[in-house]
Amino acid sequence: MENCSYEKVVGLNLEATELRLGLPGSADEHDEKHSSSCSYSSSSSSSNGVVRTNKRSSPEESIHEDEEEPKSSKKAMISHDSSNPDDDQDKNVPPSKAQVVVGWPPIRSYRKNNGIQQQQEKKKKKNGEEVIDGVGNGMYVKVSMAGAPYLRKIDLKVYNSYQQLLMALQNMFKCTFGEYSEREGYNGSEFSPTYEDKDGDWMLVGDVPWNMFISSCKRLRIVKGSEAKGLGCL
Amino acid sequence: MKKTAYSFPEEVLEHVFSFIVSDKDRSSISLVCKSWYEIERWCRRKVFVGNCYAVSPPILIKRFPELRSVTLKGKPHFADFNLVPEGWGGFACPWIRAMAGAYPWLEEIRLKRMVVSDESLEIIAKSFKNFKVLVLSSCEGFTTEGLAAIAANCRNLRELDLRESEVEDLSGRWLSDFPDSYTSLESLNISCLGNEVNLLALERLVSRCPNLKTLRLNRAVPLDRLPNLLRGAPQLAELGTGAYTSEMRPDVFSNLAEAFAGCKQLKALSGFWDVLPSYLPAVYPVCSQLTSLNLSYATVQSPDLIKLVSLCEKLQKLWVLDYIEDDGLEILAASCKDLRELRVFPSDPFGLEPNVALTEQGLVSVSEGCPKLQSVLYFCRQMSNAALNTIARNRPNMTRFRLCIIEPRSPDYLTLQPLDDGFGAIVEHCKDLRRLSLSGLLTDRVFEYIGTYGKKLEMLSVAFAGDSDLGLHHVLSGCDNLRKLEIRDCPFGDKALLANAAKLETMRSLWMSSCSVSFGACKVLGQKMPRLNVEVMDESGPPDSRPESSPVEKLYVYRTVAGPRLDMPGFVWTMDDDSALRIS
Repeated sequence: MENCSYEKVVGLNLEATELRLGLPGSADEHDEKHSSSCSYSSSSSSSNGVVRTNKRSSPEESIHEDEEEPKSSKKAMISHDSSNPDDDQDKNVPPSKAQVVVGWPPIRSYRKNNGIQQQQEKKKKKNGEEVIDGVGNGMYVKVSMAGAPYLRKIDLKVYNSYQQLLMALQNMFKCTFGEYSEREGYNGSEFSPTYEDKDGDWMLVGDVPWNMFISSCKRLRIVKGSEAKGLGCL
Repeated sequence: MKKTAYSFPEEVLEHVFSFIVSDKDRSSISLVCKSWYEIERWCRRKVFVGNCYAVSPPILIKRFPELRSVTLKGKPHFADFNLVPEGWGGFACPWIRAMAGAYPWLEEIRLKRMVVSDESLEIIAKSFKNFKVLVLSSCEGFTTEGLAAIAANCRNLRELDLRESEVEDLSGRWLSDFPDSYTSLESLNISCLGNEVNLLALERLVSRCPNLKTLRLNRAVPLDRLPNLLRGAPQLAELGTGAYTSEMRPDVFSNLAEAFAGCKQLKALSGFWDVLPSYLPAVYPVCSQLTSLNLSYATVQSPDLIKLVSLCEKLQKLWVLDYIEDDGLEILAASCKDLRELRVFPSDPFGLEPNVALTEQGLVSVSEGCPKLQSVLYFCRQMSNAALNTIARNRPNMTRFRLCIIEPRSPDYLTLQPLDDGFGAIVEHCKDLRRLSLSGLLTDRVFEYIGTYGKKLEMLSVAFAGDSDLGLHHVLSGCDNLRKLEIRDCPFGDKALLANAAKLETMRSLWMSSCSVSFGACKVLGQKMPRLNVEVMDESGPPDSRPESSPVEKLYVYRTVAGPRLDMPGFVWTMDDDSALRIS
């Protein structure tokens, strides 16, 4: 049965529930590129019909392409895709990964980053590089938004910078944050991203260095612009 | 109460009943006659509630006034895979409050997929003087502060098991709250905790509890502290290590190997985060006695896994990553003739290309070599009808078969046909099959097979399968013992659901998400079946803001004697019989 027509007939907006972690702008781009949007076409001509996006995978992968085990065919995947315009924003462009559908494959979240990610972290540690260790094997934090009836959860480990995180949040909640400045926070926007740190204080996202943020962020909350005025160093 | 010449005195009946432990049998006893119902309910000590919303605390307490052990399950199984939004429900608090009042002698509480607050833990700690067992499986909502209350107050605690729960880990200090006089610990599982616990307190606790049989540490316990812990508890039967890595030093290694060798009763091993392969031989001394081995976090390659596994001739249960590959599974099949359960997890579930040489062949080998194999969970990237056929014929004793072909709708990679026949062979030959999870390209035919042959099937999980309502109809009308059915992303709709409405009252629950069930049909179902709760979940707004024919996002139907629940969040609506939407 052709999945495309099923989706269209039923009018299901699967995209709304898809967990997509694309680079800035990549979501729209891929909608156009892969307009069939049939994530799971089982055509015999390809071994898998999973849509490739620039889902951020383990950031460490690009560093270690030389050290990959010979058996692993992931080597083929780990190459800088310089044709991708999004590269300009990030030096360590991750290899393309499967477009992720919520809850598939059916593994518990604490198992998800077990194999490859652990290997990369081990190598990083061996090289004396800093590895950010989260709780368990991912760094899932809850994200709430003023006025939204339900929470979401995101894996902070998947992002490398504030820019990526904010783009993802703006995508997920269909809001904009505006321009960040140390003095004025997120100026000219309806919403601002805030987070609760280890001490239980609510801070404005962006004030501290990224690494410090990652290790101290317990949960995120998107608040109305006016609410953010009294936070942190403002 | 009228007594005939043929009836036994109550005390005798009670004594006889005390030997009947299975819930099903207890239920049967209670249906014999009114007096047996009465006697049974007063002497029932243990109750299992598979769906916490199927019954309410007052109803439970009224019927069973003298319970010592209660098990509750909350969220639907698909919550494990993030398909159930936060706030859905499964709150333990109302139960714990009610039980605190009604069962002062309660000894055991086991919760699965429930939301447990620190307040609830504090109530437990203070209300039950003889509290012995707390198992929180895949629960969330509490912090280490709640654990501190348990540690400080439960003098008779035997078991504290937090398996796979999400605990807000504020500090490792809580472990020190077990008083020095406390020595009754038999089982401790803290593997899910993120932070370091107070290691000194842990060592002292472990060495002063002579009956400690199970100890599952968390990743933060460093390897070089393990020997001390083991020496403090040489009677351990089950151990979960912490991180299994350290600077490679010969003295650390020999210390560890010696400590393991001293654990003559060790039967089960788990943990093994961050494994440094050169430390694996330290467990070789105990391999020949192991019956259970969980290496599902061990990111080591096939040769190291093979060396380890081939020494475990008594192994009954193996959980491992797909690094073991087909070669490793072949060795497993040759070495572990007592194997009953195998789980192979994917090391790179989101990668597009296979990263390891693990195919259907590995599973075929094990099915051939291990005559007692009855429980399988297998993630792989290719499958064929031929392989499934072979597996089915090799292992008619299979009772649990869960196959996940990672790419949805993958056909038989040899013939490019659907995998209907393969799974059909499984249900046909494995006559005692109780649990089945499907994957790959599947048409309505596979459901026809399941309905025809799956007579003992109790739980079925379906994703991205089927062509039409006929598929769902086959399952609902054919599987006589079906209790739990969970479906996602299948073209199943109203017809099959409504035609089999009565069936739903014989089941625990039905989950359908991203299918084609319309809002209108949900309303009809809710109206027709007052003893079902028909819950519609929609995160994009109230379903009645769209046409009745619109499909609902998620549907969860379950039988209940407690009526619609009152603790639903804003995105859950119950379809009840006054045909008005009730939004809580």
